[in-house]
Amino acid sequence: MENLLVAKNVSKTYGNYKALNDISLEVPKGSIFGLLGPNGAGKTTFIRIINQITLPDTGTVLLDGEPLRPDHIQHIGYLPEERGLYKSMKVGEQALYLAQLKGLSQTEAKERLKYWFDRFGISDWWNKKIQELSKGMAQKIQFIVTVLHRPKLLIFDEPFSGFDPINATLIKDEILQLRDEGATVIFSTHRMESVEEMCDHIALIHKSNKLLDGKLINIKRAYQNNIYDVGLLANNPEQTTQELRSRFQVSTAAFKSIHDELQYRIKIPESTSANDLVSYLTTQGQLTHFVEVIPSANDIFIETVKNN
Amino acid sequence: MAMNHLSLIIKREYLNKVRNKSFIVMTFLSPLIMVAIFALVAYLSQLNHDNKRTIAVLDESGLFVEEFESTSSITYKTITGVPLSEAKKNTEESSDYGLLYIPATASVEDLSSQIVFYSDDSPSLTLIDDIEDAIEEKANTIKLANAGIDAQKIRDLRVNVDTRIETFQGQETSKLGSGLKLIFGGAAGYLLFMFIIIYGNMIMRSVIEEKTSRIIEVIISSVKPIKLLLGKIFGTSLAGITQFAAWVILLFIFSAVLTSVFDIDPATVQTPQQQMLESSTGGVDSIVQEVFYEINNMPLANLIVMFILFFIGGYLLYASLYAAIGAAVDSETDTQQFMLPILMPLILAVYVGFFTVIDNPHGTVSQVFSYIPFTSPVVMLMRIPFGVPLWQQLISVLLLFVTFIGTVWFAAKIYRVGILMYGKKPSYKELAKWLKY
Repeated sequence: MENLLVAKNVSKTYGNYKALNDISLEVPKGSIFGLLGPNGAGKTTFIRIINQITLPDTGTVLLDGEPLRPDHIQHIGYLPEERGLYKSMKVGEQALYLAQLKGLSQTEAKERLKYWFDRFGISDWWNKKIQELSKGMAQKIQFIVTVLHRPKLLIFDEPFSGFDPINATLIKDEILQLRDEGATVIFSTHRMESVEEMCDHIALIHKSNKLLDGKLINIKRAYQNNIYDVGLLANNPEQTTQELRSRFQVSTAAFKSIHDELQYRIKIPESTSANDLVSYLTTQGQLTHFVEVIPSANDIFIETVKNN
Repeated sequence: MAMNHLSLIIKREYLNKVRNKSFIVMTFLSPLIMVAIFALVAYLSQLNHDNKRTIAVLDESGLFVEEFESTSSITYKTITGVPLSEAKKNTEESSDYGLLYIPATASVEDLSSQIVFYSDDSPSLTLIDDIEDAIEEKANTIKLANAGIDAQKIRDLRVNVDTRIETFQGQETSKLGSGLKLIFGGAAGYLLFMFIIIYGNMIMRSVIEEKTSRIIEVIISSVKPIKLLLGKIFGTSLAGITQFAAWVILLFIFSAVLTSVFDIDPATVQTPQQQMLESSTGGVDSIVQEVFYEINNMPLANLIVMFILFFIGGYLLYASLYAAIGAAVDSETDTQQFMLPILMPLILAVYVGFFTVIDNPHGTVSQVFSYIPFTSPVVMLMRIPFGVPLWQQLISVLLLFVTFIGTVWFAAKIYRVGILMYGKKPSYKELAKWLKY
């Protein structure tokens, strides 16, 4: 797959503090790329480098195969985590100003703004001042301004903060549609359920270093460790438990069930196949539950960060 | 690209300032307030003289009976035939302002230390001077008469010197002219000082507003910080110049009204010499005419051109520093510690201007401070009406603009880092570190 954005060996130091250490990343065209990491990991620095707000000390960033140039700004839409608008400026005037800064002509900007304002049903806000709007309302304006110039690359830093669930869903659907229309999205968030739901690629940055990156599904495969949740109505529970513990790593599992069964989380060695476990279990009683445990993005995040 | 970023930013900053209600109100109200304050001060000082005072005079020597002439604000009342103690008591109980006691002495010389003025109030120096003058005049006349000299003859023989001041080119100036130069230079320097403080603060607040409203990162993902910084400085300056122009126009309207009141035709403005010959009856009209003559006589074109250059240079120099401060802090309350280094040279410039330049416009101190870029706009503007060689002016302007480039570079560095820093107030040490980021 072709990559829209490629970072090669990017490093950045502030004084004595190394904010990014030799980061290389590839963001495939048309993907939703989750940029994950604990607070202070270096995500924002990396995003600012893409936006040419900060220059890297070493390394290069390519957009569509070309090293970043000032005019690339027009192809990027950035919704920062720390965001706001001029409070005493009118909504329409402000949106026009920001759109023109992104290189749209006034008439073009007006047309597109009208489309988005109609789409969100907020046309009557045009002459209101930002300070008259609620935080969620202002966020909608900000979202519109971010995507108005139809950038190839959209960067959202915690896009859902400040939105109620209804508006968060609205924004999520808009992001997915923009992706379907060809945009590539870099998505930085701490909300793992959003990552699970939306991202097809992720990268995890921790303490200025990249710990892992790639397709989310491949990462999950790598992190799945032959672990299975098992429910068994055992004929002889004590004996079965003892035998299982002697052969495998066993812990108790907790899943919902209508039976009063034994519930185990079992990790089998790579030499053993799942079928072997199943055939053994069937000899011990009635098997009610057998599910492969797929690690969640949350698990991967916590485990990777803890191990480093 | 439809419109250049810088002009977009300048336009926004300009409109944002100019449309502001308090800006509009201030533009039209401040000249009126100024006039109102002048009128009020004039009125109050008149009021101050309004209450007529009565001073009782107990002259035991009998020499000064006719000497104290009542004026519009003071009435002298001679009392005779009462002892001092009673006169004191009477005066204290009455509404009279005070009692002047002149004892009878053996000789006129003894008077010098024996005259007493009794009052509950502490009388003004002018009042005491007036009284002393009257007594001295009379005492001297008496002494001259005693020595057999005619006092009137001495008065007739006195020579009055009125020095005429001329440059080597034969241009005439007058003492009034020197005063006017001071006023012009002082006004120009002080105006710049005020302008820098008012509009510098405006720029600083506008930078802080972008930080606190958190729009800054959105903007600088579209434009380079240096463009935003310059746009902000230029946009705010244009707003300031607009306000300034409005004031000048209002001033012209006022002065047009004044000129028509005094009936001056600039084409027929005469030299002081002609005036002195023609109108010994001169009065207010001739003074006003002389003022106009002196103003015409000043290097006005030079002053105006240099005023504009120093105004722009000095303003931009300080404006960039104000912007840097705004970027370094999170709120206006945190700005104090950084304001001092900005205000110090400015205030120093005004003090040097008002004390040293007035004393000696071309002295060493005045000259040095009119080259230092942080003080030159104010000090040089104050010197120019007194005539400063062009090369000196040009060197000073050049230094100013070179330094301006330096401060913008410095401010841009601080700005670039500072606008994205939230939380703690930086120390000077940290600011120095930012320069290296």
